[in-house]
Amino acid sequence: MIPEPVQSLWVYLAERPLTWLTVTIAAYAAADMVAKALNRAPLANPVVIAAAIIIATLAVTGTPWPVYFEGAQFVHFLLGPATVALAVPLVENWATVRRSAVPIMAALVVGSVVAVVSAIGMGFALGLPPDVLVSLAPKSVTTPIAMGIAIQLGGIASLTAVLVISTGVIGAVAVTPLMNALRIKDMAARGFAVGVVAHGIGTARAFQVDPLAGAFAGIGMALNGAVTALIVPAILIAAARFMGG
Amino acid sequence: MINALVVLLSFQLGGEIAARLLALPIPGPVLGAAALVAVLLVRGTIPPALKSTAGVILTNLSLLFVPAAVGVIEYRAVFADYGLALVATLLVSTLVAMAAAALTFRAASRR
Repeated sequence: MIPEPVQSLWVYLAERPLTWLTVTIAAYAAADMVAKALNRAPLANPVVIAAAIIIATLAVTGTPWPVYFEGAQFVHFLLGPATVALAVPLVENWATVRRSAVPIMAALVVGSVVAVVSAIGMGFALGLPPDVLVSLAPKSVTTPIAMGIAIQLGGIASLTAVLVISTGVIGAVAVTPLMNALRIKDMAARGFAVGVVAHGIGTARAFQVDPLAGAFAGIGMALNGAVTALIVPAILIAAARFMGG
Repeated sequence: MINALVVLLSFQLGGEIAARLLALPIPGPVLGAAALVAVLLVRGTIPPALKSTAGVILTNLSLLFVPAAVGVIEYRAVFADYGLALVATLLVSTLVAMAAAALTFRAASRR
């Protein structure tokens, strides 16, 4: 039995933004400590660990999402200024960026097209319905752009939001072992690939590994936002013809 | 730090305004970042306060995605319908696209 004063204190705290803001940052601090202790092992992704801690806390306390987000929105809001802040490492590495203009453009087009075509192709092969395929197509770009594309083309916006986050997590976890297996040592190439394919969550991983990788990931993410918005409609029209839809 | 925050927020705000007025499909913060790149390149140097504030934000970029990642549980149901096919598609597509992008980058830098 929980004593009455403790209960009423909890009822008060559970509704405060302060509580959930604190839980969010504390869970991240704990997750980051775990990730550091494990030498930033790819599977010990701080976003995944922190989210798991918070999801468990919300489940145990029976806290609904809107109440949680009242507090978490202050952290979420900072994604905007953080995106603007990507300008700084880009300018710091401007000489390298300029020298890499050709590989940047080539990898951008290839990465962007492969991300869309492979998702639609594999999803079609596995029997996913058309509206799910449309929701899947823009999964590699940041959430607001991806949802915009999905809505425009008849996809399910909320499904796209989940697929975008999942893609980011998969990319962030997989990038290091994948690049090691491919023997790609160039931090610019590694960072750019994860930025193009796994947007901000991939870029966050890149910044934790290497500043140059982070700068290139930021460029990849920003450029692919524009490219994906342009190519997804064209690829879907071609795919619909191919699939006889 | 306050001045740096003013700079970051102002460029974001400017980007949002430009995106709205011009009806661009690009988010305001991305436009703001592009404008800040242009300004910093013209200026030739990065103000130290902006450099350190951006550094703090970007090394903790993962934190900012935590609320969105927690939000995924809200959509359990949509995932439940096609779970396995979706997970398999995401895994394969993400790995193949990252490999393709990185290999292309390397091939194009060797010229």
